[in-house]
Amino acid sequence: MVKSSKELFIQRLRERFGTALLDAVGFRDELTCTVRKDSIVEVCRFVKEDPAFDMKFLSDILGVDYPDEVPRFEVIYHLLSITKRTRLRLKIRVEDGESVPTVTGVWKSANWHEREVYDMFGIVFTGHPNLKRIYLPDDWEGFPLRKDYPLRGYKDDYNPYGEEKE
Amino acid sequence: MLIKENPYGGVAQFTTLDNILHFLRTNPVSKKVMDWGRTSSLWPMTFGLACCAIEMICTACSRYDLDRMGIIFRPSPRQSDVMVVAGTMTKKIAPTVKRLYDQMAEPRWVIAQGGCASAGGPYNTYAVVQGTERVIPVDVFIPGCPPRPDALVFGFLQLQEKIRKEQPEIFTQRGLAPVSHGEK
Repeated sequence: MVKSSKELFIQRLRERFGTALLDAVGFRDELTCTVRKDSIVEVCRFVKEDPAFDMKFLSDILGVDYPDEVPRFEVIYHLLSITKRTRLRLKIRVEDGESVPTVTGVWKSANWHEREVYDMFGIVFTGHPNLKRIYLPDDWEGFPLRKDYPLRGYKDDYNPYGEEKE
Repeated sequence: MLIKENPYGGVAQFTTLDNILHFLRTNPVSKKVMDWGRTSSLWPMTFGLACCAIEMICTACSRYDLDRMGIIFRPSPRQSDVMVVAGTMTKKIAPTVKRLYDQMAEPRWVIAQGGCASAGGPYNTYAVVQGTERVIPVDVFIPGCPPRPDALVFGFLQLQEKIRKEQPEIFTQRGLAPVSHGEK
């Protein structure tokens, strides 16, 4: 039954979006779909409204930094259908300096998730109502979860073990 | 010397506030009374940063019952004598901790509870202050992750012993300026 719902998901997404669906990987009971960056809002709205998906709940948005790859970043959306008890993972690739359209218009809870991704990776979400840092102080320099940011941060009064700032 | 010239002759010693305070601090009996008062009514600030705060709350509750030692948590820095830095201090909260410390009236003491507050603990990372000493001066360090309530009680007992041995008037007697904890 799980397998059939996965195939149904891929089929419906391919019918609706065609080439915007770049890749679909199913492993165990997880389905991961890579989509084009420009169509992420449409895909999100579709899987939320479509009765076959019914992904009313946005679990999480996260970023990944692959420093040696082009495009460098990956933004991942974890979705959950409470009525169907299924999950869906959407991925987009973002190059450093590019911006991502916001999905706050689809799920309001995306507000803080996108602020977190911006805080940690510096990925800008266009159209976001309040895009500022959420964990770190407002005057923080740099984005700590990027791989080129030193683990122990930069040396200051609070941390003498950090890296020297050039 | 603090004792000022008495315009009414050398008889009346208690004419100015400075004279009275000086007498109270140097007289061994009244110093004992003042120290007894300070040690028996240590009022910590209701203020926790991380998981150590849970142990601190537990210590204040009925099983360990800090109230029996006169240690009563106060919700304002203006009414507090002790700041228990309970937990990991991040760089974001550090200016606030400093500000709360500045708002406390002297005499004031600081207890660093747990490994994180003492030296950063396991978090040698970009976001964590590597020890409370980097922000405010500390009187007692309590090791543990988190320290058991017994350890926190022991820390308070150590602080009481320290207060009993404190001699703040020794600086003025030797012509030294008193140590100001406000500057850092």
